[in-house]
Amino acid sequence: MMLAILCAVLLVGAIAEDEQQNFESKVSPEIEGDAGRGESLYQRRCGACHSIDQNRIGPKHQNTFGSKAGAVEGFAYSKALKELDVVWNEVTLDEWLQNPSAMAPGTRMGFRLTDEQERADIIAYLRQVSEAAAAQVE
Amino acid sequence: MHIQQVPPKKQLSRRGFIGRGTTATLSVAGLSVLSGGALAMASRKGAKEEPSTDAGLINTALSLEHEGIAAYQIAAESGVLNDAVLQVGILFQSHHKGHRDELIKAVRELGGTPVEAKAISEYAEALGADKLKSQADILQLAISLELGAANAYLGVIPSLSDHEFGHLFARLAADEAMHWTALKGAVGEALPKNALYFG
Repeated sequence: MMLAILCAVLLVGAIAEDEQQNFESKVSPEIEGDAGRGESLYQRRCGACHSIDQNRIGPKHQNTFGSKAGAVEGFAYSKALKELDVVWNEVTLDEWLQNPSAMAPGTRMGFRLTDEQERADIIAYLRQVSEAAAAQVE
Repeated sequence: MHIQQVPPKKQLSRRGFIGRGTTATLSVAGLSVLSGGALAMASRKGAKEEPSTDAGLINTALSLEHEGIAAYQIAAESGVLNDAVLQVGILFQSHHKGHRDELIKAVRELGGTPVEAKAISEYAEALGADKLKSQADILQLAISLELGAANAYLGVIPSLSDHEFGHLFARLAADEAMHWTALKGAVGEALPKNALYFG
């Protein structure tokens, strides 16, 4: 009896660990993004609410990559985004795009991008845009 | 908000506009059937489970509709649309006003405060209206916004806690897809070869 309980506990533990690893793999994408594809996808997936150089429904994305969440000047963020202590990079953006509400409960952005390759492509594009904007400043 | 009539330019006939998007013609008919009070949301269960979250997400959708209404207004006042395109723009704007009204109702049901529209000049600046010099420019902007809106609604559905709102968002996405299809037909662009294009 004790052996059966021990086995059950170990099995549950193993499953929990496996799920944790799966979650971590989802927020640490191995997939390489293509900024060219990302530009087109950005228009289709994000363009209803976002622009690169204008605050609209959502904040502009000119300098998103490498900046702190909730930091675009002139955009009225939700409390959830103001309090989100995150710097946007490949991992945090990937997590955000999978499920914004899970990362910042109360956020007004509910859009989820389920396709891993599309997320990687859009993130690559945002990185390219931010690097280009930074280079212009320098 | 009323669209101002502008002098017609016979570059594209109304029949041609709708005729190239037969799906859109059917969908307009379907919309009139569906809009007959199917959104009876008041009595559903579960609407209060996470009201603040859903209300916030619905308010974002409302912001999107405010922008869509303004975009068609800017287009109508541009003076570069021919009569056929203008009439279809008026129809699509009326759909967006219907969306706006449903979303306002939903936010209020959840105890939220519906977000108000900004000044049209703010939308004009954000949408780069000063760069819209021709009917073709305006149609391309409309195509881009309608596609984005369809995808936005579909992408938010999994985040909504109340399935009735998910149903509403699916219906809104279908309207946006209808607009996109008609606009693509108007400019003579091919429809996607692959299935599951939206979302």
